[in-house]
Amino acid sequence: MALSLVHKFDQDNVIVEKLDNLLNWARSNSPWFFQFGLACCAIEMMAAAAPRHDLERFGAMPRASPRQSDVMIVAGTVTMKMATRIKRLYEQMANPKYVISMGSCANSGGPYWQYGYHVLKGVDLVVPVDVYVPGCPPRPEALIQGINELQRQIREETPLRKVS
Amino acid sequence: MDLQSIVKSVRGAQPEALVADAAQEEHLELTPDRWREVARHLIDDADLQFDALMCLSGYDEGPEGSLAVIYHLFSMQHKHKLEVRIKVPRDGGSLPSVADIWRTADWHEREAYDLFGMTFEGHPDLRRILLPDDWEGHPLKKDYLTPDYYRGIPVPKDKRGWE
Repeated sequence: MALSLVHKFDQDNVIVEKLDNLLNWARSNSPWFFQFGLACCAIEMMAAAAPRHDLERFGAMPRASPRQSDVMIVAGTVTMKMATRIKRLYEQMANPKYVISMGSCANSGGPYWQYGYHVLKGVDLVVPVDVYVPGCPPRPEALIQGINELQRQIREETPLRKVS
Repeated sequence: MDLQSIVKSVRGAQPEALVADAAQEEHLELTPDRWREVARHLIDDADLQFDALMCLSGYDEGPEGSLAVIYHLFSMQHKHKLEVRIKVPRDGGSLPSVADIWRTADWHEREAYDLFGMTFEGHPDLRRILLPDDWEGHPLKKDYLTPDYYRGIPVPKDKRGWE
């Protein structure tokens, strides 16, 4: 879709396209993510954002405030104490907002999935998750694939369609 | 200085501080009520000079046993080490704080209180340090039961059907 926009613009400086697609094009190519990490997954997230893997080529750049973020990457072990804060931060983000659950801990509790009193058994118990990235920790390539998957989901949205 | 000499020195200064029926062969075992005086002696005595508290740990002997606190001390001057153990009752156990004698003890005592529930009398700020303030119970006690919910969030996910 993105390519076709550029292609049409190149021909005669006029674009005829659905507004849905324009919005999705903009949204999917600027998934600014919330810059916070919880455990070792955060190291991989930093590596993904650093020049070697360079998340910014997909338009994803870290923002230090929930008000400016579109995507929350939950990178690491979510403790019960942190779970309440994660929920609060998610609620502070402006719509449209998305959540990527990165790594085994955020997906399901990981190595703490059965025993232990202090680890949340999956961040989807407190916030809605759009993309799960498996791995312990996932390599930066895996996180990049997760972000690409999220971009694909955003492109299929219909933000302007009336709710029937 | 070896442990026997340290035991002799402590016995000379505070004879009632040592637990009477303890062996005192590998570590000092003290009663809680004289602990501050012994701590003062350990850090001030010229032959002992335990000026560094390397570690402070709590442990639980189980539902029939008692709670205990272990202090690992080191002397920068004499290069000798000492392990001190103090047992306290499981329910409502308390012992004097040494946070003003060794600053290391400040946060370590908060941690032991957080996870085991013994109180340190005279501690400047005895709050939970790791768990949230509204957490119920002390999770490293062996008779601790994991709650089903914390602020409405399920704690142990129901795993039936997963396995």
